[in-house]
Amino acid sequence: MTLKTIVRGKVSGKVVKSNQPINFLGSVDKKTGEVTDQKHDLFGKKIAGSILVFPNGVGSSVGAYTIYSLKSNNSAPAAMACQKADLTVASGCALANIPLFILSPDEYDSMKDGDEISLG
Amino acid sequence: MELTKDEEKSLNGEHGEALQTAYRILSATGEATDAEKLVPIHWAHVSGVNYNTIGDAGEEFLAGLSKKAKFKVRTTVNPMGYDKDSVEKFGLDENFIQKQESIRASYKKMGVTPSFSCIPYEIYDMPQEGTHVAFAETNAAIYANSIGKLKTNKESAFSALASAITGKSPYSDLRKDDSPTMSIAMKVSDPNELTFGLLGYFAGKVADKSVAISGVKNLDKRCNKSLCASMGTSGTCGKFVLDDNSGASEKVDFDEKEMQKVYDELNTAESGDLITLGSPQLGLEEMNDLASMLKGRAFKKRCLIFCPRPIQEQARHLGYAGQLESAGCELMSDCCTCLTPLVTKKDADSVTTNSIKGAYYLKNSNGLDVNLKPLSEIVRDETS
Repeated sequence: MTLKTIVRGKVSGKVVKSNQPINFLGSVDKKTGEVTDQKHDLFGKKIAGSILVFPNGVGSSVGAYTIYSLKSNNSAPAAMACQKADLTVASGCALANIPLFILSPDEYDSMKDGDEISLG
Repeated sequence: MELTKDEEKSLNGEHGEALQTAYRILSATGEATDAEKLVPIHWAHVSGVNYNTIGDAGEEFLAGLSKKAKFKVRTTVNPMGYDKDSVEKFGLDENFIQKQESIRASYKKMGVTPSFSCIPYEIYDMPQEGTHVAFAETNAAIYANSIGKLKTNKESAFSALASAITGKSPYSDLRKDDSPTMSIAMKVSDPNELTFGLLGYFAGKVADKSVAISGVKNLDKRCNKSLCASMGTSGTCGKFVLDDNSGASEKVDFDEKEMQKVYDELNTAESGDLITLGSPQLGLEEMNDLASMLKGRAFKKRCLIFCPRPIQEQARHLGYAGQLESAGCELMSDCCTCLTPLVTKKDADSVTTNSIKGAYYLKNSNGLDVNLKPLSEIVRDETS
């Protein structure tokens, strides 16, 4: 069960899952949606069009602009789903109108990279 | 989150598009943090000023917003991409300058205090303890909570912008309860500002909202700023207290081994082609310190120093700026080591700095290798 909906929307898509928090500003290319942080478990992957499942956002407050830019550049995830919401991801998704869900621990654990799922 | 009738009307667009956008953002952040209401804030510090970080989408968003929005409370802003006075030295392309100037104009139109600094706490008088503010720049938010005893969450660029426009912020997280949930025992002896930077990066990774640090008595300004900046880089933690008896339930040690781990993650070069100091930007006290350390010495490499414009003006008046320039430093205002377009692969393969935050972004955003050293060693090794 989804615990909470922060930004509403109905989406279906393929899960791209990370077990590491994401600093959007330092780690994601805002034009291509590719993860550029070599130390991140999503390094080299593209998050565009996916349902991006990750624990939470961290780091720079400007990451909210990265999320907004991804949307403007058609490289944004179709939706995001987190363990806990942080202000950067919540505000970025709100402005970019990217559906954002907070998952229960069970639901978070059960989602696997590559799963086709629907949310919302 | 419970909204007043007036706030509800704003959210529904009855008071215009700008307020609607702002309340949409605050509703999301309020929901995300389980806030029950909005509270007034008295100062907003907004990030998202540098064209290098916000790009075309950000520039266009701000241009549109500035046609409809006005800041309701005092609003200061983070550094932008360059120092207007020395922009020609760096060969930035026309498009960059044009877009950066558009961003500057948009903020001006909304009524900004043009600070272009990540250390507003060293330029302006701090409000009374307990005052609610909304600081987006992470080092400034942590500094405001931990040293200034103000109240802010670790705001995002958009949540602080929404607070600047509405004068409000969700009452949640650190605004409501800032008691530490974890205690970190500092076990490294003879720490300097780099040690505290490494500790902060570690703390940001392991602690959630607020952390107690035991085994540390007092910190000077350089160590405090280093700790705040690195903590803000690695995690979500927005406050620290120096407290040996915090009563936090979870306890971890920060020892030599943990320190080495963080160092090895961030230090990727044996030496740097150039030196950058000022991430966060240097304040007056640090400029004075550095000028004293450099007496009779000069840098053998290019050394860029980032400081706020009013601080540079004071430093010039007091003679520190001249002393630093005589030692070969280049002083720059309005911008910062972090995410600057001024230091790229074109200029250098590697950079020496004492800043953990600087190291993280120089590596991840600018693609440069970084050599981390405390300031005392930088002066010892890089000057003659």
